Amino acid sequence: MSTASSARSTTADSAEAPLLQVRDLHVEFRTREGVARAVNGVNYSVRAGETLAILGESGSGKSVSSQAVMGILDSPPGFITGGEIIFKGQNLLTVGREERRKIRGAQMAMVFQDALSALNPVLTVGYQLGEMYRTHKGTSRKDAKAKAVELMERVGIPGARERVTQYPHQFSGGMRQRVMIAMALALEPDLIIADEPTTALDVTVQAQVMELLADLQREYNMGLILITHDLGVVADVADKIAVMYAGRIVETAPVHELYARPSHPYTKGLLASIPRLDQKGQDLYAIKGLPPNLLHIPSGCAFNPRCPMAQEICRAEIPPLHAVTEEDGSELVGRGSACHFWKETLHG
Amino acid sequence: MPDQNTDPADDPMGTEVHSAFATPTPNLASMESEQLIEKEQLGADGPELEIGREREKARSLWQDAWRDLRGNWIFWVSSLVILFLLVVAIAPGLFTSTSPLACNLSNSLQGGSAAHPFGTDNQGCDIYSRTIHGARASITVGVFATLGSVVVGAVLGGLAGFFGGWWDAILSRITDIFFGIPLLLGAMVFLTAINSHSVWIVVAFLVILGWPQIARIARGSVITAKQQDYVTAARALGAGNSRLMLRHILPNAVAPIIVVGTIALGSYISLEATLSFLGVGLAPPTVSWGIDLSNAVQVFRNAPNTLFYPAAALSITVLAFIMLGDAVREALDPKLR
Repeated sequence: MSTASSARSTTADSAEAPLLQVRDLHVEFRTREGVARAVNGVNYSVRAGETLAILGESGSGKSVSSQAVMGILDSPPGFITGGEIIFKGQNLLTVGREERRKIRGAQMAMVFQDALSALNPVLTVGYQLGEMYRTHKGTSRKDAKAKAVELMERVGIPGARERVTQYPHQFSGGMRQRVMIAMALALEPDLIIADEPTTALDVTVQAQVMELLADLQREYNMGLILITHDLGVVADVADKIAVMYAGRIVETAPVHELYARPSHPYTKGLLASIPRLDQKGQDLYAIKGLPPNLLHIPSGCAFNPRCPMAQEICRAEIPPLHAVTEEDGSELVGRGSACHFWKETLHG
Repeated sequence: MPDQNTDPADDPMGTEVHSAFATPTPNLASMESEQLIEKEQLGADGPELEIGREREKARSLWQDAWRDLRGNWIFWVSSLVILFLLVVAIAPGLFTSTSPLACNLSNSLQGGSAAHPFGTDNQGCDIYSRTIHGARASITVGVFATLGSVVVGAVLGGLAGFFGGWWDAILSRITDIFFGIPLLLGAMVFLTAINSHSVWIVVAFLVILGWPQIARIARGSVITAKQQDYVTAARALGAGNSRLMLRHILPNAVAPIIVVGTIALGSYISLEATLSFLGVGLAPPTVSWGIDLSNAVQVFRNAPNTLFYPAAALSITVLAFIMLGDAVREALDPKLR
């Protein structure tokens, strides 16, 4: 999968113009307790057919940045205070409200974490699927229902014709998530943002849902942003990973390189804290300390109070995203690390 | 999943990994494992039973509530009483041929007799007939005051909850002001100033003082519904404001409003009686239980029937609506299920 898409991304036009480009995005929440800086200068891009995984713990800004991209940030209290979101050559932050609404669902769509709460409990699944066509294309009620059945079959829901009139609570978790995916897919958008799409599911079902997403993405050549805190989910489907911490991207890398050779102490800590069979009986590594309070982000590198490698400079200076190179100076494509000591982390 | 592991050898999809979950039933075998897991979680023994069960399960919040109500005797008793009261209010002539206004002073304060089953009041009016005819005023005031305050309150409160910001701040302060108005004092000032005793003036007054309560409830439940993921999801998939409000928020926010409305109906009826009793609500020739109670005050020690029948009718009516409201609340509140 990663080879296929990297081959695709080398073709001239897609390489020149990414589908989505987020540049120096800043989002803050103005609350009574103060201003919480949830996203502090995030850059990333996604090409058609490419999967970007955004990895981070809760409060790292991964969901907020994607809500900003979708334009569903709750405002107030959330405000986009800077940056650009360029989608198909157009800066979404300068687009009118109604225009923006038309883009949502039709050109970019979102799959939510918990399909049970993301589906309206009082409307049938068929109605909610059909709504996509009715709001965006003005399809008639009857045609919309037929389309809904088609969609449900497309995402592998057995007995779609009968189940189209059922309510969300009558579906199992996995089937509900398929319905969610079907809704996102309905108008064949160019970009899908999946916010922890498998977190609420059983492990056995997780793999099936991820596989379905990956299949559909390949088929429609969509860009996919996968937001997750689960390193295991990412490995098989993503092309590249951006690790977020306290509203910044601390490391970017092609997926397998990140697993093999992390260049940021936080990523290293995350990888070390995955339980492994060969470590049975040993204590599981845990990153010490707690995620930062966004109202009081530590000065310098936000990770410094928890970092085993922290030095004086880490408390004083915010590290930029350094381009990561091999020891001999040769460039590692697509890699970056926001650590003053990335060399030591990567090579040491 | 013990039943699924009994004979995997029969499984026609045995070559696939995930079909380890499949049962040997032929029509199930073609389905995906996940569907089967789901079927199993539902506790199905076979496909036929499953279909029946799913059909039975096919219900929404409202169908759930209806199922709940159907089994609740309080609901049936109160509904029957309310139905009866509605019939009485619409067609009092079915129950009495005596006019409530055909009073003969020479018959003043008689006990029960064949001609006057409940006796007569101090004006010599037939108490039975007045009790029957009094239902119309009470029900009219109750129903229309409730409709009015629910519509006004739900629309204003709902919009405040949905849009938030300025509109919400202003509306919340207005409801606070209305909450500060003492009901009886307000009624006396308002109704004396208007100096009209028509049913619609009383309804208008009750709506004016009643809508903030509904608005507050509506605002709260719209805010709750608005924060649900499915509203965000619908927004993320391109639904506009009106669709969000009408299709996604309203059906999920309307239950508390219905509950409060039903209970408010009972209290509006007793308020009407109170106001009429005080002489600022309805006035003769309108027939109202409140007026009858007011008239009875001077004589009830000697003729308790003058007080008893209108008071009983009022209590039963109010009780019926409050019981109905209670039953509906129980049915619509999933936490009580």
